[in-house]
Amino acid sequence: MAEHAKFTEDMIKTHTILVPDMLPIHFKLMISIFEACGYKMELLQNDSRAVVDEGLKNVHNDACYPALLVIGQFMDALNSGKYDPDKTALLITQTGGGCRASNYIHLLRKAVDKNYPQIPVVSLNFSGLEKDSAFKITPWMFLKLLYAVLYGDLLMTCYNKCRAYEVNKGDSKAVLDKWQKELGDIFRSGSKKFMKTKKLYRRILDDFAAVELSGEKKIRVGIVGEIYVKYSPLANNHLEDFLISEGCEPVVPSLLEFVMYCAAGTFNDAKIYDHQTMSSRIYKLGYKLIYSKQKELIRIMKEQGSFEPLHDFEHLRSLADKYIDQGVVMGEGWLIPAEMAALAKSGVDNIICTQPFGCLPNHIVAKGMSRAIKQDNPNANIVAIDYDPGATRVNQENRIKLMLANARR
Amino acid sequence: MASRYSLGIDVGSTTVKTVITDQNGELIYSKYQRHLSKVKETVTDQLKLIQADYPDEDFTVCITGSAGLGLADSAGIPFVQEVHAAFLAVKEKQPDADAVIELGGEDAKIIFLTGGVEQRMNGSCAGGTGAFIDQMATLLGITADELDELSLRAQKIYPIASRCGVFAKSDIQPLLNQGARREDVAASIFQAVVDQTVSGLAQGRTIEGKVLFLGGPLFFLRGLKKAFVKTLGLDEEHAVFPEEAPVFVAYGCSIYAANSSDLFTIAQLIEKIRDAKASDSIVTGEPLFSSRAEYDQFIARHKQFDLGYADIHTYEGDAYLGIDAGSTTTKLVLITDDGRILYQHYSSNQGQPLDKIVAQLKRIYSEINPKINIRGSAVTGYGEDLIKAGLSIDHGIVETVAHFKAAAYFCPDVDFIIDIGGQDIKCFKIKNRSIDSIMLNEACSSGCGSFIQTFAMALGYDIAEFSQLGLFAEHPVDLGSRCTVFMNSSVKQAQKDGATVEDISAGLSSSIIKNAIYKVIRAKSPDELGENIVVQGGTFLNDAVLRSFEKELGRNVIRPAISGLMGAFGCALYAKERAERSSSLISPEELEEFSYTSKSAQCGGCTANCQLNIISFGKGRRFISGNRCEKGSGQAKKNDIPNLYEYKYNSILAMEKAYDPVQPRATVGLPLALGFYEQMPFWNTLFGELGFKTVFSDESSRDMYYLGQHTIPSDTVCYPAKLAHGHIEDLLDKGVDFIFYPCMSYNLDEGDSDNHFNCPVVAYYPELLAVNNSRLNDDNFRHPYLDLNIRKNVIRVMGQALKEFNLKGKIPAAVDKAYAALENYHKDVAAKAREIIAQARAEGRKIIVIAGRPYHIDKEINHGIHKLVTSLGMAVITEDSVAALAHTPKLGVLNQWTYHSRLYRAAKYVTTQTDMQLIQLVSFGCGIDAVTGDEVRAILEGGGKLYTQLKIDEINNLGAARIRLRSLVAAMEQK
Repeated sequence: MAEHAKFTEDMIKTHTILVPDMLPIHFKLMISIFEACGYKMELLQNDSRAVVDEGLKNVHNDACYPALLVIGQFMDALNSGKYDPDKTALLITQTGGGCRASNYIHLLRKAVDKNYPQIPVVSLNFSGLEKDSAFKITPWMFLKLLYAVLYGDLLMTCYNKCRAYEVNKGDSKAVLDKWQKELGDIFRSGSKKFMKTKKLYRRILDDFAAVELSGEKKIRVGIVGEIYVKYSPLANNHLEDFLISEGCEPVVPSLLEFVMYCAAGTFNDAKIYDHQTMSSRIYKLGYKLIYSKQKELIRIMKEQGSFEPLHDFEHLRSLADKYIDQGVVMGEGWLIPAEMAALAKSGVDNIICTQPFGCLPNHIVAKGMSRAIKQDNPNANIVAIDYDPGATRVNQENRIKLMLANARR
Repeated sequence: MASRYSLGIDVGSTTVKTVITDQNGELIYSKYQRHLSKVKETVTDQLKLIQADYPDEDFTVCITGSAGLGLADSAGIPFVQEVHAAFLAVKEKQPDADAVIELGGEDAKIIFLTGGVEQRMNGSCAGGTGAFIDQMATLLGITADELDELSLRAQKIYPIASRCGVFAKSDIQPLLNQGARREDVAASIFQAVVDQTVSGLAQGRTIEGKVLFLGGPLFFLRGLKKAFVKTLGLDEEHAVFPEEAPVFVAYGCSIYAANSSDLFTIAQLIEKIRDAKASDSIVTGEPLFSSRAEYDQFIARHKQFDLGYADIHTYEGDAYLGIDAGSTTTKLVLITDDGRILYQHYSSNQGQPLDKIVAQLKRIYSEINPKINIRGSAVTGYGEDLIKAGLSIDHGIVETVAHFKAAAYFCPDVDFIIDIGGQDIKCFKIKNRSIDSIMLNEACSSGCGSFIQTFAMALGYDIAEFSQLGLFAEHPVDLGSRCTVFMNSSVKQAQKDGATVEDISAGLSSSIIKNAIYKVIRAKSPDELGENIVVQGGTFLNDAVLRSFEKELGRNVIRPAISGLMGAFGCALYAKERAERSSSLISPEELEEFSYTSKSAQCGGCTANCQLNIISFGKGRRFISGNRCEKGSGQAKKNDIPNLYEYKYNSILAMEKAYDPVQPRATVGLPLALGFYEQMPFWNTLFGELGFKTVFSDESSRDMYYLGQHTIPSDTVCYPAKLAHGHIEDLLDKGVDFIFYPCMSYNLDEGDSDNHFNCPVVAYYPELLAVNNSRLNDDNFRHPYLDLNIRKNVIRVMGQALKEFNLKGKIPAAVDKAYAALENYHKDVAAKAREIIAQARAEGRKIIVIAGRPYHIDKEINHGIHKLVTSLGMAVITEDSVAALAHTPKLGVLNQWTYHSRLYRAAKYVTTQTDMQLIQLVSFGCGIDAVTGDEVRAILEGGGKLYTQLKIDEINNLGAARIRLRSLVAAMEQK
């Protein structure tokens, strides 16, 4: 097998790195951090049917839908002629767990090598995989990325709340755009201003709080599930927009929860399996740092008072323990039942669990746990929706409508 | 309330129902009609009927139903979700019902009313519905009503996979071809629908109390009713089939509408529906032909591959008969010495291939010039064995060989053959004039010919007419390409969005092609297929399909005019090559007397208890099918070809007896499921050494699956996992003190891989069992987390798990014995493999490595595939027995699962052995094998070996596996 193209030092200047579209709000902020370090990046937003077709052509069709879409989106972009293949690289995240997702990068390479052997694929991971790439995350960048997640979560949470109730259509989007730009500028400038969280959180919250909202009561619908399908509008057929058009308020748990879930997994495993290592200790420290940041954000959200704060992560962990062991760490693992329980406990009884068709961990953590969660929370109204290149929107929407009919009963 | 009348319109996937209720909620009008996918027209027709009686009245209105969603949106009429509508109707009409089961055209729904209201409908992968029944009826060449008639006279039920229509079909087809009674098949189809509803929908909740049955199929089909009532164990009082069942949902919809304040006259409604705008969300492709001239040129180009003809009445000399008894069609040719056609026949077999062929043979005998000497005959296809036995055909050959023979006749340099038939897609790559690799469609990619046919009929066209329509469609719809069930909903959506029948016809043709190229062949570019491509199979007679293929590939291909007869033609050529002085074919006189009877029986040759079909042709000649090994066929002697699958299975089973403490501390249940098929030596030893009595669950079987079926929450998980539910129930029934089933993120590290995980299902299935089986609690089900690689962890965790027994000091020694037992087991398996290899070589046998997972040795999971292999004269060894003999080759993927990493090493090893081939067993739904399959293929093909993958599920029938294995044998012989 031939060697794959490597991302070298000089490519930092010459190459544009394409980034798949998963969490537009967060990813835009993150890109500005990389730009501050001299990388050129572009967030892909192509979402025509051609994306799916390219995915079907280039990925084993039994592979999971997220892999198919991410790779399809890259191939579609490359085929568009918009990018010079000699000056383009691709970025993909890699988690490195027991789930198939750790293999995305390899499936992507297979597809790319076939058509564009000169294009390097860059891995964004925090597990020390792919060491020989010039694409490196320094501790300082890591810290900035963490802040980007925090800001992204705050923006996403406020935006979802406001746009479901806004009186003047577009008000919430305007606030979002304003902050997306302002935070982007801060990160891009390379200054340390982003650490002035207290002030910035407060201003963001106040700005969103100023959006005029109608007082009507809406059905609140929580969205949990496989990370990519849960967040990516491309994958979930614009689920949030659909819920808003149905007169609901979408409630989407934060990305930080997933980050902390990954961090906690390492030191949890060390404890469960009596296998302490240097890295598990480091993860524990990292976790503590992140948790303190989460607590700060939650505190400020509470003080400001207009928006429901994020779920406290230690609270999530204790909720999980009721249903499943925290040793379940493949895919979204124990986080899914924990989030479902947390939503149900906080009055968001209606929950959509998004999953790629045939997702292996989700057999256990989503469909497998629904019954136990319903037993404890009799009002919980949970529906699992499969996403897949062949599944039609009508089919999915009809099932969501059934859930909503239950909710309105 | 403002209005006197309220109108409910239920637009389902196949029917439109309208109901009017008056101010008291009384049903005063109802109508039920099939819409043949002409939704708007049918709704309008029904409204016009109503208009005649109620020209000026005001109505409150609501639409419901799966196909009604889009219509309601675009016409601006209120909508209510159909399950909710049913719920409202039940509340009104049958307030004391406990549960409701509703089967519609393409949906199945269940509502639990007491003990926590729950409304559910089938997920995206579930085909056991009305459309499925229609499809099955089509397969039998009868109407749904006739199917119902037949089912009432059934004597036995065959297991038919119920999850998905495609699966069920591949179970039913071989049953028919092997001569099973149609009555029994009919009843089995209904039973499959029932099983699907119970397992797929109830998902662990018991259906009991007063059950209401709704929807068209449950109203019209008595056999289906019977099956439901029997399976759920209901008596007459508790099984309610209301008079108004077909329009029940429309009634609920009308109840819902009564609360609306918007009033419409019927005329206004008709107008609204007429003006409903189709959304522009359909994706369309290029037309197949830009002009008539282009089409004519296309036709002319393919004309050159016609065969010559000779007159059966006047020709004198030798002739050869070829028969292709395919899954849905029967093909037959009689050719001359120089390859001209004397007689040809192609027709649907309507589930009775033997009768069809007998009739054709009689015709040939009545017309044939007495100076023709039929010197040879050969048969291929699903019905091969039956036809060969019944009609004394000279040769039976595997389809792949037949097709290659025929293709090479037209194009000696052929590189690639693709055959799309009614049920199968078969593709072969040809290298050095022999078959190099074979690709067959798997269950979940089965968009084949019969799909278009069923679809054409559903839309009210015959197949020829329907495909003609697509040729000049201006905007062929893009329908996706997953499975037929999904395609159905894609078509529905396209129709809703205003696509014409022409566009859909062309779209379906292109879907089938995309399915073939990207799912079955898995080609990345047309170049992979080679220069010379021959297409065949009945489906390619369809010009739209052929053109779609050429367009997708961007190159021209060869379609012989006898495209649909290629299998039969190949047989005739084969018969010619092997011709003796005369054929053993049944004589005209014998044929006149010919008759047969079929009956079913159960083989008692071994514990597999195969269901046998025995067909007697009179004079003591009979044909037995359904048997997995040759024991049941009543002819062959004992098979002593070495088989490591059986050896491993028996050794694991025998372990239960290894310890028999007189006064056990307690009995511990170990389920014979998933990881235990690998780690039983470890756990059995550990518990035995500590003074426990270990109890294994019984061997897996279909019944074992049913035992735990009600606790399965996810119906798309793999079959090995589903079986675990039965094993747990079995252990509980055995009254063990507790069941032990550990969770393990990690498996043993065997080195030579990037990591050593278990797959998520194997790793954490106990968690799912714990919360979904209400008989389990923390005390009787212990599922601690541990890592076998870390001894001190195992010691600590086991100490905790068995705390009340105060074993602390004893555990380390027992753990060490357990490790040793596991190691000995591995060594023993490896030693046995060496012995088998040596014996096979001494006997000159080929050796097959069946590579799967440890739990694939379960005979309910592998369905006896290993016996099929030995019955073909080859020895069987396993992936784990040879994995240590090779190093992992360089892979294009992350190699991070222990069981899967063995596949790579075993494949590598096979490439170093001239007399070995590898077959990969893949459980349906195993997403990880989507990663491993391509890699194993690359390793094998890189080493000059053939890649054969067999997908297995609950399907019991080995028809497809047999074809693959025989093709493999044929290809090995040619190499």
